[in-house]
Amino acid sequence: MTERFRAGWHVGRVASRRPEAASAVRLAIDVPTWPGNHAGSHLDIRLTAPDGYQASRSYSIASSGPTTQVVLAVDEVPSGEVSPYLVHDLREGDELEVHGPLGRYFVWTPDDADPAPVQLIAGGSGVVPLFAMASAREQELQGADFRLLYSVRTPDDVFFADGLAALAKTRVDMVYTRRSAAGAPRRPGRLTRESLAELTFPAEAVPRIFVCGPTPFVETVSGWLSELGHDPARIRAERFGGSG
Amino acid sequence: MAIINRGFGGRRGTSDPRLPPGQTLVDDWPVLTAGPTPDISTDEWSFTITTEAGVQHRWDWTTLHDAGAEDIVTDIHCVTHWSRLGMSWRGVSVDRLFEDVETSCDFVMVRTHDGYTTNVPLDDLLEGQAWIATEADGEPLTAEHGGPARLLVPHLYFWKSAKWVAEMRMMPTDEPGFWEQNGYHLRGDPWREERYW
Repeated sequence: MTERFRAGWHVGRVASRRPEAASAVRLAIDVPTWPGNHAGSHLDIRLTAPDGYQASRSYSIASSGPTTQVVLAVDEVPSGEVSPYLVHDLREGDELEVHGPLGRYFVWTPDDADPAPVQLIAGGSGVVPLFAMASAREQELQGADFRLLYSVRTPDDVFFADGLAALAKTRVDMVYTRRSAAGAPRRPGRLTRESLAELTFPAEAVPRIFVCGPTPFVETVSGWLSELGHDPARIRAERFGGSG
Repeated sequence: MAIINRGFGGRRGTSDPRLPPGQTLVDDWPVLTAGPTPDISTDEWSFTITTEAGVQHRWDWTTLHDAGAEDIVTDIHCVTHWSRLGMSWRGVSVDRLFEDVETSCDFVMVRTHDGYTTNVPLDDLLEGQAWIATEADGEPLTAEHGGPARLLVPHLYFWKSAKWVAEMRMMPTDEPGFWEQNGYHLRGDPWREERYW
């Protein structure tokens, strides 16, 4: 990696917010002191109540590069503590404490020398860091072939639908688990090992693979990838679940 | 720098003096691993301590248990802000495994069966502070949680408790392991919030 974005505490201000799919919000946060971040990294948000009580959670960043505006898509965890506040209560102009950028492993950088194709596999809101990678690839003239396989419940649950449709350098394949889009080529249903094989780079292409989603999704998919002949050392995984 | 988030109340029911700063209590047990979960049988599992002189002390599944397992009840704290309190474990104290190890090194590189590393000071592994754990919540440790055996160093953030632990290699100076090269703190004390650097 040629650049290193050092982590630190910053104060951001919400520049805009808009609904993102059925249960989430897209936040654009201006962070004047933000050093920039690699595609795929995350940050911590720390909320402080008037009496000093604090709670922190980690969120993947949907944006990347040397910018001072970070974009997040926060899915509400109904029983959660921080995400309901971000989804329902946070307003444009509000200030937030953020710590980051964090994580230098589950990242893709445009100067990456590895010419092998890159396979992104998202389960639900796990698409956020992978969208950042596909968007970063979009900025480059030359580079690895990209594919994104995105498993999501229904078309209403898709994050960054507009951004995904605009990707010219990443082939996007959708798998809807509950209800398909009108005219979708596949019937709704959970991903299987066979459909995974069909919709991703084959093991012979020796792709680098990034998988992000809920723990059971990542466990299942990475197990299948190994069975399909992919080298576990080529598979990078990010799991989430729990505390929202 | 004190930003107050108006209207933020938080879930006070989870406040507990045993929770380090920035941590939240969970009832489930989240999984965080950099890659796929490796499938390692107890037959092929082994654990080795390698000294600076190149001397190797090795245990397989049977000889590890011969060293004497004990029950542990402890809190665990993950750098991603969740904690579990009063969790029950069973494992072999690292003190037992170091009984015959001659070393003058103060630092350890912990290596796992799938090739990841994390660095831990030797002082954090001895004196009843660390175990090679084989059971959690009364059950054999599952593969996704590091089974058949993982390191358990509960007073440090949980990434130091390397899953699928394979080796401890003595080092004269502290060097960052895989996780630490990727931004995590060299020591990782949850009470000091040593999360990142």
